[in-house]
Amino acid sequence: MIKLNVNGKSHQVDVAPDTPLLWVLRDTLQLTGTKYGCGKGLCGACTVYLDGAPARSCSTAVSSAVGRRITTIEAIDADRIGKVVQAAWRKLDVVQCGYCQSGQIMSAVALLAHKRQPSDADIDAAMSGNLCRCATYQRVRAAIHEAAKALA
Amino acid sequence: MSQIVIENLSRRRFLHGAGGLTLGFCIPGLAAAAAAVAKAPTASFAANAFLRIGADNSVIVIAKHLEMGQGSHTGLATIVAEELDADWKTVRVEGAPADARRYNNLNWGPMQGTGGSSAIANSWEQLRQAGATGRAMLVAAAAQRWRVGEADIVVRDGVVSHPASGRKATFGELALDAAKQAVPTKVALKDPKDFRLIGQQANRRDSKDKTDGSARFTQDVFLPGMLVAVVAHPPRFGATVKSFDASRAKAIKGVVDVVQIPGGVAVLAKDTWSAKKGRDALAVDWDESAAFKLGSDEILARYKELAKTPGAVAKQAGDTNTAFAGATKVLSASYDFPYLAHAAMEPLNCVIRLGKDGCEVWNGEQMQTPDQHSLAQLFGIKPEQVKINMLFAGGSFGRRASKDSDYLLEAAQIVKAIAGRVPVKLVWLREDDMGAGYYRPMFHHALEAAIDSDGNLVGWRHRLVGQSIMAGSPMAAMIKNGIDPVSVEGATNLPYAVPNLVVELHTPTDIRVPVLWWRSVGSTHTAFSTETFIDEVAAATGKDPLALRLQLLAEHPNHARVLKLAADKGDWGSPLKANAGERRGRGIAVHESFRTIVAQVAEVTVKKDGSLKVDRVVCAVDCGTAVNPDNIRSQLEGSVGFALSAALHQQITLKAGRVEQDNFDGFELLRLNEMPAVEVHIVPSSAAPTGIGEPGVPPLAPAVANAIAAATGRRLRRMPFNTGELAI
Repeated sequence: MIKLNVNGKSHQVDVAPDTPLLWVLRDTLQLTGTKYGCGKGLCGACTVYLDGAPARSCSTAVSSAVGRRITTIEAIDADRIGKVVQAAWRKLDVVQCGYCQSGQIMSAVALLAHKRQPSDADIDAAMSGNLCRCATYQRVRAAIHEAAKALA
Repeated sequence: MSQIVIENLSRRRFLHGAGGLTLGFCIPGLAAAAAAVAKAPTASFAANAFLRIGADNSVIVIAKHLEMGQGSHTGLATIVAEELDADWKTVRVEGAPADARRYNNLNWGPMQGTGGSSAIANSWEQLRQAGATGRAMLVAAAAQRWRVGEADIVVRDGVVSHPASGRKATFGELALDAAKQAVPTKVALKDPKDFRLIGQQANRRDSKDKTDGSARFTQDVFLPGMLVAVVAHPPRFGATVKSFDASRAKAIKGVVDVVQIPGGVAVLAKDTWSAKKGRDALAVDWDESAAFKLGSDEILARYKELAKTPGAVAKQAGDTNTAFAGATKVLSASYDFPYLAHAAMEPLNCVIRLGKDGCEVWNGEQMQTPDQHSLAQLFGIKPEQVKINMLFAGGSFGRRASKDSDYLLEAAQIVKAIAGRVPVKLVWLREDDMGAGYYRPMFHHALEAAIDSDGNLVGWRHRLVGQSIMAGSPMAAMIKNGIDPVSVEGATNLPYAVPNLVVELHTPTDIRVPVLWWRSVGSTHTAFSTETFIDEVAAATGKDPLALRLQLLAEHPNHARVLKLAADKGDWGSPLKANAGERRGRGIAVHESFRTIVAQVAEVTVKKDGSLKVDRVVCAVDCGTAVNPDNIRSQLEGSVGFALSAALHQQITLKAGRVEQDNFDGFELLRLNEMPAVEVHIVPSSAAPTGIGEPGVPPLAPAVANAIAAATGRRLRRMPFNTGELAI
């Protein structure tokens, strides 16, 4: 049994230690907001936080998440910045198909947590690892600026 | 659209559990069949309706089209809510079940499905009537209850009122009485000047669920006892399983079963990771004797040879031979387009459960009617016994509109192989999704233009070589005289006035790479060759690219209007400032697809090393009535990024029949830092709406290529662009 702390709750899971955190979240705990896109850390759809820092859960063995605080999209509204980012996303209707957006939001909240007023270059650096096939990028950028305004 | 009949389904069989008003629609002739379904005790009542108003004041629009990002659910709901005078904040959307008798795509005849940018276009009249009829019945119920004239009743934002007496009721309070009203045979639709939602910003209905992780995709379906299947697919198209050894796979914890299916070997496990590990542990011996073994280079070489010979004539006007014989100048150019994967963010998947009454499917479902037939045939049941739950699709771009139900059948074959013991979720990993074919076909084009002594364009020859998409699809009957219409769309309807024109097509049938429609289909390649070649004609005749187009569009005022709007907003003709060592240019293109016209002006910066940045793209669009202007903007922004991915980065290549790309490192998507600033300008129109999901894609690559030519003098005629050619 592996003990995990996910969104402030303690869970015991019976999985192989090499199982990627992504599949434990999705298949075992049925926290399905975190998405599978590539399995190789190439697209960012599976982004979660480990101890507050963004991580690609598809390339993180569950064993290495033991003893760390795991945060997923389902709990992002418990964070002040998370709430503001979600509101900005909704105000500007950023989403299209929506599949990558959990990862986009996780990365955006992480950016705003350490840089409250990001420049376009900061956004480029923080967000270019999150792929969106619908190419909602213009609105992702605008929503981050919108959220930054609300946080100011 | 007068043949649409509206029935009050609520009167025939009242909704179980939640009282309210439900309206259904039938195409005459099929009404009896539909009524039979409505009366059947096990049939889902809501399945036959577009609108449900609950006694709890809920307003639910039933969307017959897939929401795959294009905003269909919001658009369809906007139309109903407008005529209903509903409170937009209370409107919710549900995906319709599979039932072609009620939910057929009116553009496709008796078939239910989503594609060809048709969702709003085919639903426009139908859903206006749905909303207006619902409104009329609420008004009738209020008039009866209050004993007042219907003409004195006002409906606004979900509230019915009688101003003279001050009486008011919500939709929910009237729903049960409204359900008892006769369905009016004729309802008045609103005068467009009275629209309060259409043409305004109506926020997306799916934004909340898609920003808190609760939106449900196929990947998110879990059923009791369900197993996850991951499949070992053949390394080459046409290879089959000779034998396999599953002993190592079966030793992996969580793996429950291993079964052979026609397209490979499936490992079933309790969870996705165990299934993947099991799949990776399989030893499969493939029979590749009949497999397709050509590489992309060899295919292209064959296409280039074919292009030297006459093809089937797709379009002919005037006398091109005479025009070219008398020409002062002849221009020629050829163009190469690679295979392209759809690469939606949600890799393909499908959940199927077999029960004693039939099978139930959970899927980002795009082709209900043909998929019902495919699965029914496999299971030996009736198509109506295939129940399909249409979930959100995490993108599709055409891929989920499978022409032969490929991935659904694969899921069904696995279910059949285990005798339907448990439900199965088929999960394609990214590598399966990218390597399994169903690509935008590779194409080669050869074009020639004849210019007379006065500098007029007098002849145009366009020859295309590429596989047919329609062949083997439910639409194969549309192939006439060797011409698949979607191979040549955008070429045969060249809008420019050229007196002598011929379009010819070669359709190789020995290239066994599965091909499929990919966002904007034939226009993905025809717009590029025609719109860059017309630019070459402008350059060769010393004309401004915009001026030449406008001159040749005298018979197409709608194109001209869109083009002028894009040029005006895109600062056409004004100088561009370039930093030292940089070259900058502006290019323009216009293209009609799915009855929508889009023009784009692109601005690019090219550095000394040839590296390229598309700085800005100004779009103008005429898509008839703008139901949701913000969604039109959103679709065009996304289309620009989607098309730029292909122009800059993407190709699927084969080496000795093996696909060389298997993930986003080999098949790159545009990234945020590469996204240009996109502006969208909508031509005001009161015409019926046309599509918006696809038409923003075609003009982008030619506009960018034309901008590169303006900046550097170099014509890029191969996709993706080899920017190394631009280095100085």
